[in-house]
Amino acid sequence: MGFKRLFAFPTVSAFASTAFAQETAQKAEEGVARWGVNMTQGVTEVSRTTYDLHMLIFWICVAIGIVVFGVMFYSMWRHRKSRGYQAAQFHESTLVELAWTIVPTLILIGMAIPATKTLYDIYDTKEADLDIMITGYQWKWKYDYLGSDVSFFSNLSTPHSQISNQQPKGDHYLLEVDEPLVVPVNKKIRFLITANDVIHAWWVPDLAVKKDAIPGFVNESWTRIDEPGIYRGQCAELCGKDHGFMPIVVKAVPEDEYHSWLNDRAEQAALIKELTNKTFTFDELYERGKKVYASTCAACHQPNGQGVPGTFPAIAGSKVATGGMEGHMSMVVNGSPKNPAMQAFGAQLNEVDLAAVITYQRNAFGNNMGDTVQPIDILNFKNK
Amino acid sequence: MAHGPKPGFTRWLYTTNHKDIGSMYLWFSFAMFLLGGCMALVIRAELFQPGLQIVQPEFFNQMTTMHGLIMVFGAVMPAFVGLANWMVPMMIGAPDMALPRMNNWSFWILPFAFAMLASTLFMEGGAPNFGWTFYAPLSTEYAPPSVTFFIFSIHIMGASSIMGAINIVATILNMRAPGMTLMKMPLFVWTWLITAYLLIAVMPVLAGVVTMMLMDIHFGTSFFSAAGGGDPVLFQHVFWFFGHPEVYIMILPAFGIVSAIIPTFARKPLFGYSSMVYATASIAFLSFIVWAHHMFTVGMPIAGELFFMYATMLIAVPTGVKVFNWVTTMFRGSMTFETPMLFSIAFVILFTLGGFSGLMLAIAPADFQYHDTYFVVAHFHYVLVPGAIFSITAGVYYWLPKWTGNMYNEAMGKVHFWLAFIGLNVTFFPMHFVGLAGMPRRIPDYALQFADFNQIASVGAFLFGAAQIVFLFNVIRTVRGGKKATDEVWENPQGLEWTVPSPAPYHTFSTPPVVR
Repeated sequence: MGFKRLFAFPTVSAFASTAFAQETAQKAEEGVARWGVNMTQGVTEVSRTTYDLHMLIFWICVAIGIVVFGVMFYSMWRHRKSRGYQAAQFHESTLVELAWTIVPTLILIGMAIPATKTLYDIYDTKEADLDIMITGYQWKWKYDYLGSDVSFFSNLSTPHSQISNQQPKGDHYLLEVDEPLVVPVNKKIRFLITANDVIHAWWVPDLAVKKDAIPGFVNESWTRIDEPGIYRGQCAELCGKDHGFMPIVVKAVPEDEYHSWLNDRAEQAALIKELTNKTFTFDELYERGKKVYASTCAACHQPNGQGVPGTFPAIAGSKVATGGMEGHMSMVVNGSPKNPAMQAFGAQLNEVDLAAVITYQRNAFGNNMGDTVQPIDILNFKNK
Repeated sequence: MAHGPKPGFTRWLYTTNHKDIGSMYLWFSFAMFLLGGCMALVIRAELFQPGLQIVQPEFFNQMTTMHGLIMVFGAVMPAFVGLANWMVPMMIGAPDMALPRMNNWSFWILPFAFAMLASTLFMEGGAPNFGWTFYAPLSTEYAPPSVTFFIFSIHIMGASSIMGAINIVATILNMRAPGMTLMKMPLFVWTWLITAYLLIAVMPVLAGVVTMMLMDIHFGTSFFSAAGGGDPVLFQHVFWFFGHPEVYIMILPAFGIVSAIIPTFARKPLFGYSSMVYATASIAFLSFIVWAHHMFTVGMPIAGELFFMYATMLIAVPTGVKVFNWVTTMFRGSMTFETPMLFSIAFVILFTLGGFSGLMLAIAPADFQYHDTYFVVAHFHYVLVPGAIFSITAGVYYWLPKWTGNMYNEAMGKVHFWLAFIGLNVTFFPMHFVGLAGMPRRIPDYALQFADFNQIASVGAFLFGAAQIVFLFNVIRTVRGGKKATDEVWENPQGLEWTVPSPAPYHTFSTPPVVR
């Protein structure tokens, strides 16, 4: 279906992107369902029930609409002065008024019964096979597999160049992450949902799970996915600048695959612990730090380290990054005492990544401090 | 009665005349409507295609926030107060508002409130960027410094609204002409009386919640900070206890306006007057006990979810009664379709569509899929734009000949209507689709599958914007001259306002009329 974009956007800034937009449009034909007009039926019992409920109310509304608008359009057609129609003068009828109070009430009761049943299902979080803690951060999600050592952050993986229209956009533009949430199919998974800073909301339409992630609260929700697959969602509660850039990707896999994945992750976690005692070279730290910076710091401090004036301070030439090592470690590990937007990354990143990103910040963007910090130094600082 | 307005600018500054103050409210709200509309166009321009083209996410969030605040507090509410100022005294046979000096003050603090709010756009860190619902802690610990100015401007707007509401209550209860019993009052007066009580009840709650924010930000309290033992969800409960009645504050006077217009152009009395009054009162009562349907996903206990779901569904009953009454008023009438009638009919149809999506949103389990998506954006724009904005527009066209003594240009009015009607539907109808397909609201950039409908919506928005220029032009032309209007203006319209000359003299009903 050779669909062309409806309109080309004529501003200078978008000019370069128009060519890409057409390429994107062609690419999108393969992977992305366009012109979607309805709710997904999803891949869980709950999502299908929700869809049925949605369609039930929709058709009830359509039926009421046909009657009401039918009468209205009939009058507008028949009862007009230009056709010489004489107005009747009636203006009251207790019987009619009673009827159109009672009948809608009965219809509403008819809607409320299935809705109540579904709600009880959705609220039944008991007897889960697996618990996953979900924590919303500005602007990423953290997943903790309770009862194991596995815990990781999930960041947007769409490159900035696609967002700023310098590259064609991929099929899963803005709906792709570096580390998806991996879960087994046909198991009852309980989500414990909270947030670290502001309110977020964890939403995956195919699972029909949407729950607010609120600092200081732990909300519960659950799902049982029928089919293996990749299901995508987004943060649904305005949470600041990059609210539109913190997607959710759930990868549902057969149970044995899930277990081998979980083991791999646990081994990786153990490996990182070992690496803490290793001494890295400047280049190793700098290269690793560059990646950590891109996924963790660049959202606020910007890829070029210049920050956003008045909102997010620059790293380039900053007092912290060009000052004492202790102060720099404190800022990154413990966060800013003044500005809550600068979080305590000590709990979010491992020692290796912390050492790498601090080294990177002190030497990139023209800071050129020439010094390095090792993972073991970070560990000692944390334990002080 | 040679007593006329003062010449010059001081007429407007010192005036205590309800007609002058009404006009100032209406012009002010139209200016705010254009300002808020320009912000909406920035939003739609950015969303024209995927990727960031025109603005950055920080500024996008400021636009969504300011658009909402300006439209709600600057455009819709002052417009209704302006109409009340003009029409309530004329409809009940009173010479003026009960508290004319306070009337002057409640208008004149508004421009300062909005100047302060707009000035935040030029401050370091930018304007408020946390949505018009300003959920804590995004609006407290994580807010830009300009939040303090936002809080004070909300305080001033609240004071203005409360004073305006007290004035309207005092006028309606004390200054009706002899024989104008409560159950003889036009529905616009009834709906405004009930709206005024809603305002008096909930504006202090809004003032309370922003004051709690102020305390959290500057004075070390932790009302909404979990780390300090506070509760971010408390913010939402307090906000929506204001916010839900606020929704009805923006729609009840609209019910009154179309209840005046439809009978005139159907040449048939309003069907079910007393049931209209009772339905309005029921809606107002229910509006106090449904607030948490905005919060179905915060993790309330199931008993709470069920209560708020049932109560919300119940609102469909009195609202349905109103729609049925309007349709039955049209049924077997002798209809003509002048501009006010066109806007009123569009109101009934499109408000009903917004009501349907509202009913869908009331169903808590389905709301888990709809919540915070473009489906919600479509829903509330369908009730607010054809609801509040179209009814205000209808009211302006309906009463403009009475205010100015001149007829507006009917052809231009029809052009305005069709442009606005088409623009509105092209803008907001596709939003239902992208919302159901999974697009969250308040995002500056989106996944590729939402691109097509967003592009259509953006085109519609600019069309809707253009329609307002036609409106402005038509109104200015009518104020300056045109075909003279008769005292009745329309064919046998009901109400005391049509018994005074056109244009209405500076002082009307210095001697109370007799109402039989």
